[in-house]
Amino acid sequence: MRRVYFDHSATTPVHPAVAEEMYRYVNKTFGNPSSVHFFGREARKAVEEAREKVARAIGARPEEVIFTSGGTESDLMAIKGVAYANRSKGNHIITSAIEHHAVLENCHALEKEGFTVTVLPVDADGMVSPDSVAAAINDKTILITIMHANNEVGTVQPIQEIGRLAREKGILFHTDAVQSFGKIPVNVDELMVDFISISGHKIYAPKGIGALYIRKGVRWLPISLGGGQERKRRPGTENVPGIAALGKAAEIALDNMADEAARLTLLRDRIIKEVMENYSNIRLNGHPTRRLPNHINFSFEFIEGEALLLSLDLQGVAASSGSACTSGSLEPSHVLLAMGLPPEIAHGSLRITLGKDNTEEDVSYFLEVLPAIIERLRAMSPLYHKVSDDCETCAKTWCR
Amino acid sequence: MSGGVDSSVAAALLLEQGYEIIGITMQIWDPGITEVEGEHVGCCSFTAVEDARRVASQLGIPYYVMNFRDIFEEKVIKYFTSEYLRGRTPNPCIACNRYVKFEALLDKALGLGADYIATGHYARLEYSPTHGRYTVRRAYDQKKDQTYVLYGLTQQQLARTLMPLGEYNKEQVRKMAGDLGMSVATKAESQEICFVVDDNYRNFLRDQASDIQPGHFLNMKGEVIGRHQGIPFYTIGQRRGLGLAGGQRLYVVNIDQEHNTITVGTEEAILDTDLIAKDINLVLYASLTETLEVEAQVRYNGSPAPATLKLLEGERLHVHFQNPQRSITPGQAVVFYQGDYLVGGATIERAGSE
Repeated sequence: MRRVYFDHSATTPVHPAVAEEMYRYVNKTFGNPSSVHFFGREARKAVEEAREKVARAIGARPEEVIFTSGGTESDLMAIKGVAYANRSKGNHIITSAIEHHAVLENCHALEKEGFTVTVLPVDADGMVSPDSVAAAINDKTILITIMHANNEVGTVQPIQEIGRLAREKGILFHTDAVQSFGKIPVNVDELMVDFISISGHKIYAPKGIGALYIRKGVRWLPISLGGGQERKRRPGTENVPGIAALGKAAEIALDNMADEAARLTLLRDRIIKEVMENYSNIRLNGHPTRRLPNHINFSFEFIEGEALLLSLDLQGVAASSGSACTSGSLEPSHVLLAMGLPPEIAHGSLRITLGKDNTEEDVSYFLEVLPAIIERLRAMSPLYHKVSDDCETCAKTWCR
Repeated sequence: MSGGVDSSVAAALLLEQGYEIIGITMQIWDPGITEVEGEHVGCCSFTAVEDARRVASQLGIPYYVMNFRDIFEEKVIKYFTSEYLRGRTPNPCIACNRYVKFEALLDKALGLGADYIATGHYARLEYSPTHGRYTVRRAYDQKKDQTYVLYGLTQQQLARTLMPLGEYNKEQVRKMAGDLGMSVATKAESQEICFVVDDNYRNFLRDQASDIQPGHFLNMKGEVIGRHQGIPFYTIGQRRGLGLAGGQRLYVVNIDQEHNTITVGTEEAILDTDLIAKDINLVLYASLTETLEVEAQVRYNGSPAPATLKLLEGERLHVHFQNPQRSITPGQAVVFYQGDYLVGGATIERAGSE
């Protein structure tokens, strides 16, 4: 069976050049970067070179980048680190309803410690309005955390406008750029952000490595304590192979970004166009144009997202119904609900996220297997008959 | 796939027979507790999912966990609780089979393009040209036979169902699991109610319902002879745990929800030759003629006894036994057989005749 991987927002395959780089530090250059000897120096060199590459990719200085275990840890460190360091200034945090759980759960945890959190709504396209951010700011506000691109629907947020507001008011600004980094430009000065979370496994590096950008001079406290690694900001012996891999992956992403984004946009728009033209009662979730170049999210009305997803899997097409971090929960997507979709539709969405190995043939294969699945699932849906058939003449009396 | 021996072997057998198999575990109930190593937490716990996932990956079949919590709560948990609160004794497996396993799961399976659902039940299913029906027969292994909980299946459901274990006994099934190198081969049987965490349904009911009131035990003359803890905690024919003093053995004879009383009496009082049932489902026949001679069974582990069925007005059924039966319990199923064949069944309303 043909296997088509359309779930790059969940994770990506490791790029062969990244794997090769990583292998070097698993195999030969195994030293501890804190060691003074040759082996340690070699490992240290790898870590600092990787730091430079990541810093270059986001327009930062190397000392502003610290390596973490991934997006979730970066979010935690940014949010709690700012909250604890600025407690004397205020206790108010602004976030949005469509953030990743790594952000929302940490904000909610802080509420139990005396912080107050404003969760901003989004519009029907999943967009946070800078005006709503401005309106939510008060003299106790110490942190704004709004994601760059949403993982479920792909909408790219007006980070620059929000960043400008935050800077005018002297409020620290964090963005979770796990989904956008490597796909669209992420520049710390253009976006006017103070903290950025990034993750390796979304950009063809392995799982278990990420980074946090911390603007030089901002008030922030480390969360975990221990040795002096990462300038005491994130203690623990460095994950050298992972760090080297992230550096390499960031470098490759930066080099290929413009071409790859253009190529994926063509594939993305072909799927959107053909699916939207061929089916009724379907909607494209997320902003029609201000979205990630590789990202599609459909709701097929009268079809359960789960049934669609599993049927595609059985045909070799790997997609998802929203976030991999919430799969298995039966709660409708908090992102789609926040965008105003009714729960029955928020239950049934299909996320297709393209990546470097996807081709026109993959897209053709998907478009070829989809109709039979949609037809079968809609044929089983009593609600679909009510909207699509003339009940007077329809033979399927069971749906009345 | 529950992660147990039976469904694992059922999957392996069908795979061997050339079927294309998709493994599904039904997520039905969140007990709301963290699993502790070594504690029994019912059939659909996280470890069950892990076991099923391991078996599926060993068999090389696609495997999914599907969530049925809402429908399970609606059709099984609420029914289970409300029946007990009404002084009746429910059978949650029958409700689960009827509404969840062979309805909701079947729908999902058809949605995936599957032709059948298969389970690890011990029963023999086949289409009988002589009857012109999809039929259910007792399992080859009489001890494991599960036809009692399958009487509610419709012809449409049976036409789409496979139960490959019907021809085997438990020892053979365990051996097959062992031969296949399945780590679940030696797993213990799960006999208890799968959603009741500590095998204590009384605690479960206390969690579900806050308004359970103690009341009076009455003797057959209607005199108060003691105090009960609440009607949901008793079942017809129960002798142990009544906490009543006195020389003779006393059994629960009747549970009166309206007056919150429980009548107890001697053994003769729980014997009856007749019962009234409703909510009939027939498997072997399309409809019931005037009367029908069958063997009827009033509980899961009971023995079938010769009886005559007679249809009454209002879709009700009168079952008359040749010999008196013990503990005919409202809410339980009365299930009918002719030899090996499952004829059908119904829900017991009460003992006695019209």
